Amino acid sequence: MANGMTVAEKIFSSKCGRTIRAGDVVMAGIDAAMIHDITGPLAITQFWEMGGERVFDPQKIILLFDHQIPADSIPAAKNHVMMRAFAEEQGITNYDLREGVCHQVAVEKGRVAPGDIVVGSDSHTCMYGAVGAFATGIGSTDMGFALKYGALYFRVPETIRVDAVGTFGRRVGPKDLVLRMAGDIGADGATYRALEFGGSAFSSMHMAGRMTVSNMAIEMGGKAGIVPPDAVTMEYLKDRGSFDPVDIAPDSDATYLEKRGYDVTTLSPQVAIPHNVDNVAPVEEVAGRKVDQVFIGSCTNGRFEDMKEAAEVLGDDTFSEKLRVIIIPASRDEYLKTLRAGLIERFVEAGALVEAPCCGPCMGGAFGLLAPGEVSLSTSNRNFRGRQGSTEAEVYLCSPATAAASALYGEITDPREV
Amino acid sequence: MRVWKFGNDIDTDAIIPGRFLTIYDEKELATHAFEGTRDEFSQKATDGDIIVAGRNFGCGSSREHAPLAIRGAGVRVIIAESFARIFYRNAINTGLLPVTSSAAKEIQDGAVISVDTVEGYIESDGTRYPIDPVPAFLLEIIRAGGLVEYARAHPEVKTCTE
Repeated sequence: MANGMTVAEKIFSSKCGRTIRAGDVVMAGIDAAMIHDITGPLAITQFWEMGGERVFDPQKIILLFDHQIPADSIPAAKNHVMMRAFAEEQGITNYDLREGVCHQVAVEKGRVAPGDIVVGSDSHTCMYGAVGAFATGIGSTDMGFALKYGALYFRVPETIRVDAVGTFGRRVGPKDLVLRMAGDIGADGATYRALEFGGSAFSSMHMAGRMTVSNMAIEMGGKAGIVPPDAVTMEYLKDRGSFDPVDIAPDSDATYLEKRGYDVTTLSPQVAIPHNVDNVAPVEEVAGRKVDQVFIGSCTNGRFEDMKEAAEVLGDDTFSEKLRVIIIPASRDEYLKTLRAGLIERFVEAGALVEAPCCGPCMGGAFGLLAPGEVSLSTSNRNFRGRQGSTEAEVYLCSPATAAASALYGEITDPREV
Repeated sequence: MRVWKFGNDIDTDAIIPGRFLTIYDEKELATHAFEGTRDEFSQKATDGDIIVAGRNFGCGSSREHAPLAIRGAGVRVIIAESFARIFYRNAINTGLLPVTSSAAKEIQDGAVISVDTVEGYIESDGTRYPIDPVPAFLLEIIRAGGLVEYARAHPEVKTCTE
């Protein structure tokens, strides 16, 4: 049997100062903890219930509001008030509703470093794997515990290695790759497992794309979705903080539970069909289906690169008046980049509603809800029944390019044919 | 106690939709449990009822509102072929027992069953089915009466570096 280690094993070994293997259960210290306006209030309540007085380290807590901003109801406003008071009392930096979607903000503010162990009370916390962290979503009670002790029980997961080679075709990209993976691995194929991504298609992928892929590890049940840090990672992080170099590259003889390979050269745009993320088909198979609402944004696909991808497909055209188009950059920084590139103006001219950074229709509460019988095409991460409103509505998932192409015609459209 | 049978991949949006996440009271959450997908549950589930499901129960969000909504309806035990990871831990932390057993396939909606977690079996129609053991470190938390009680009993925890 091989003796080498996976990235997940290396991160835990480095943190614990001894060899840690998949299957080991460890109480590991955490380097950062993220709470937002939906799950944060209960985490704070549980922290108090546990006898917590001071959080383990205010500098390691990422606190903000993104799901219901500006407050969409009086209960939401009360949650914001409660969390503001907690941040102030504990000396925690509060990004409040100013900065955007939690995962994007955590990464772009340099709050997560390669080799870190990070928890967040949101399932898409696995996105920080894009910078080489072992990051995972937890519930509010686990978060209360993490806030108190700065540590949590982890069962170190076995790893599924996914290598991708080749070059993406025109208007095909990381979202199509991760949707294809979800289709192949299944909604629970990586439960209790870490996903580790590599190969030339990842080496040449920009950070925005890596974040899209890591973000959706949870849609396969994954506990983490890690891209081993490289020059692209360090270039992204260089102006965001001071990061010590870490050696967490997987060994060539690491033990994997399973290995999968993709050649992205032959990949076509992919769409997840209602009502499961692993119900994935090439866009050709669903082209022509009528759409009532297109959403381009979310922690999965709300970055400047995603906005550029959509704008390139849009060109000088206008969106169809048969549907509504909602575009939301994932953070203030990403919004500003989009704005300064002139793309916000282009989207508005074309007929889109461009909203301030937040989770938007993805959380199915704040706004942008669907009526029974309506169809949404969304660049977000979940198409569960009722996710964006009525349980009698349908949600399809796709890339920003496919979303923009479909928004031009009012029906699901192959972006390569626009 | 009656069984509420569910299929595979029951997600947290089905258990409690996003628009109810400002609620934290389990009784109030329970009035919206499975709203729009199985309204009968919140109307008729009573104390001691058991949910039996297929694979990947509780997939999706980390929202602890999901186990709370189920608990608020009076359910204390969920039997499934498998659970999503975050839901599994959230259930244990909030005092809802997740039981993994292949017997979930055999048990029908409306069946009256009993679960013996000490001896480790499910009894349905006179047949006993084994249940999978809970991982040791989580058993410690269950024995303490939940993670809150575990924390109260441990002013400090020892990390893997010590």
